[in-house]
Amino acid sequence: MSKNLFEKVWANHTVRELPSGQSQLFVGLHLVHEVTSPQAFQMLRERGLKVLHPERTYATVDHIVPTDVRERPFLDELAEEMMVAIERNTAEFELPLYGMDDRRQGVVHVIGPELGLTQPGMTIACGDSHTSTHGAFGAIAFGIGTSQVRDVLASQCLALARPKVRRVEVDGKLNEGVYAKDVILTIINRLGVNGGVGFAYEFAGSAIEEMDMEARMTVCNMSIEGGARCGYINPDQTTYEYLQGRVHAPKDAVFDEAVAWWNSMRSEADSTFDDEVTLDAASIKPTVTWGINPGQSCAIDEHLPAADGAGTAEAMDFMGFESDQPIAGTKVDVAFIGSCTNSRISDLREAARVAEGRKVTSGVRALVVPGSHEVRDQARSEGLDEIFKAAGFDWREPGCSMCLAMNPDKLQGRELCASSSNRNFKGRQGSPTGRTLLMSPAMVAAAAVTGEVTDVRSILN
Amino acid sequence: MNNESIRRQIAGRAIPIRGDEIDTDRIIPARYLRTVTFDDLGTHVFEDDRAGGDHPFDDTNYKGASILVANANFGCGSSREHAPQALMRWGIDAFVGESFAEIFFSNCIALGLPCLTAAPEDVTKLQSAVEADPTQDVTCDVAAKEIRFGGTVIAGQIEDGLQQQFVDGSWDALGQLLVDREAIATTADGLPYLKY
Ligand code: SF4
Repeated sequence: MSKNLFEKVWANHTVRELPSGQSQLFVGLHLVHEVTSPQAFQMLRERGLKVLHPERTYATVDHIVPTDVRERPFLDELAEEMMVAIERNTAEFELPLYGMDDRRQGVVHVIGPELGLTQPGMTIACGDSHTSTHGAFGAIAFGIGTSQVRDVLASQCLALARPKVRRVEVDGKLNEGVYAKDVILTIINRLGVNGGVGFAYEFAGSAIEEMDMEARMTVCNMSIEGGARCGYINPDQTTYEYLQGRVHAPKDAVFDEAVAWWNSMRSEADSTFDDEVTLDAASIKPTVTWGINPGQSCAIDEHLPAADGAGTAEAMDFMGFESDQPIAGTKVDVAFIGSCTNSRISDLREAARVAEGRKVTSGVRALVVPGSHEVRDQARSEGLDEIFKAAGFDWREPGCSMCLAMNPDKLQGRELCASSSNRNFKGRQGSPTGRTLLMSPAMVAAAAVTGEVTDVRSILN
Repeated sequence: MNNESIRRQIAGRAIPIRGDEIDTDRIIPARYLRTVTFDDLGTHVFEDDRAGGDHPFDDTNYKGASILVANANFGCGSSREHAPQALMRWGIDAFVGESFAEIFFSNCIALGLPCLTAAPEDVTKLQSAVEADPTQDVTCDVAAKEIRFGGTVIAGQIEDGLQQQFVDGSWDALGQLLVDREAIATTADGLPYLKY
């Protein structure tokens, strides 16, 4: 039987079947950050265990780091305590740590690919749900909890039940002003935030194949918002070109050998799936969420639905929106460009195209937080930082920032934020009553310069 | 493995949390993740939702409840184990729901907290019964795959292998994962990329 990539990776990494009926799966790359790891290291200490494969484990700091004043000790004592904990834990267990001043620091899902750590055919785990991002390279990447972080540290393995695989095919050409973010928001809207439960998603089709690696990462990043356990895209020439020359990517003859193996891991043409759905790329428009879960979205030229279901009514009540109001024209207080979904160089380029020569509307607080040192430096070398600053955006240091507001960047009160991040849950951006509208980074820039939710196509044309 | 790990059945009072897609940001807001232990999380469960008033976790009738009854996709969103940890430290020992988000579910297993799924109408029945009389005894019987309350029995689902782990107390995965170190090494040997 012809196999798909998921089945091949699963088979290659299965150590044994566990009495629970789960599989014991070997983890090829383990990424660690400061929020979900301290308790895991403590559990190792309590049991007298070591890290089994320190050379397959990399740590960085992203969630709590301030994006303006970076001096230590941090003003926030709790954040400082977490920082000290990861420094002490990585030193004690002899793991590499890319700290705040390291050129390799950044949001964990931005730096893994950037450093060439993320490669096709791997299994990857990280104590963070957006680990699915790495699936863009044809890796099977799982977000895990702290006890599982402990498991991977100690055994390099996870106990997992095998999900089914759904192929999500997006065919055709995306229109101008329509981005990977719009594609994944549309997929989540159509299949539901619950639709992926029990599944791994294979994203395929000509629109996905056309995407560069950064766009593919945006799509896979939000697999989790669709309920899927992970999402992936088959590796191809685009993947290999991205990887070539990166610090941890194989070199020279080994690279060719690797390409041959990576190709062998691709889903075969006649492989079968547990489910298949198809979307027409040309039908996708710039998309904006209006509610309190990422499936509650509509196209920029649409109106909100009727508040009939309990979920819809609760969302509208929280957001202060009404049935049938148009989404375009909604006034915003804050514009946030950042997060592991959309803080890469291509995201900043598209946002800068919109910001260039324009001004952030007075009264709107706008910030750009690059995903990593590398993205920041690249943006600077292209003069994007100057474009943003001239337009009135705040230009920050890399980190997760207002994606979940564990650092000082937070919404205040009921502020409404146009955000390029991935979650619009109640309270997600740091204020229990703060409100989030998810959209592409170009759309966030458009909202910043017009002061309201705006079709970016009207600005680009 | 010791007797303390055995979770054949959890009996006590129940607390209903109505609504689909209750995400982990709501269960424990991100500001409480700024900690290097899980110790103090119990008091902050559902803190922002509770600020709105009228929340079951503030209703003294539900004080001491050990079984949480949820609807669909409970625990979706962030992978934070802080969510089940906070609920566990508040006093929850088991969950009954229409469905659970997958990372939340795995986190619960890792902590020895059984999650049984039940048909939507049965879950609603249980929620209504508990709301009508919060003091009644509810038994979440993992071994029998059923939930009993006031003379009513509803079917609960949990995968056989996982059920067995709770029944015999072997749910702590790490012990199992370290049983066969040879096999781990053999699998690693077969992966070309570890040598790149
Ligand atoms: S950017 Fe946001 S979603 Fe991504 S890892 Fe950081 S907090 Fe999580």
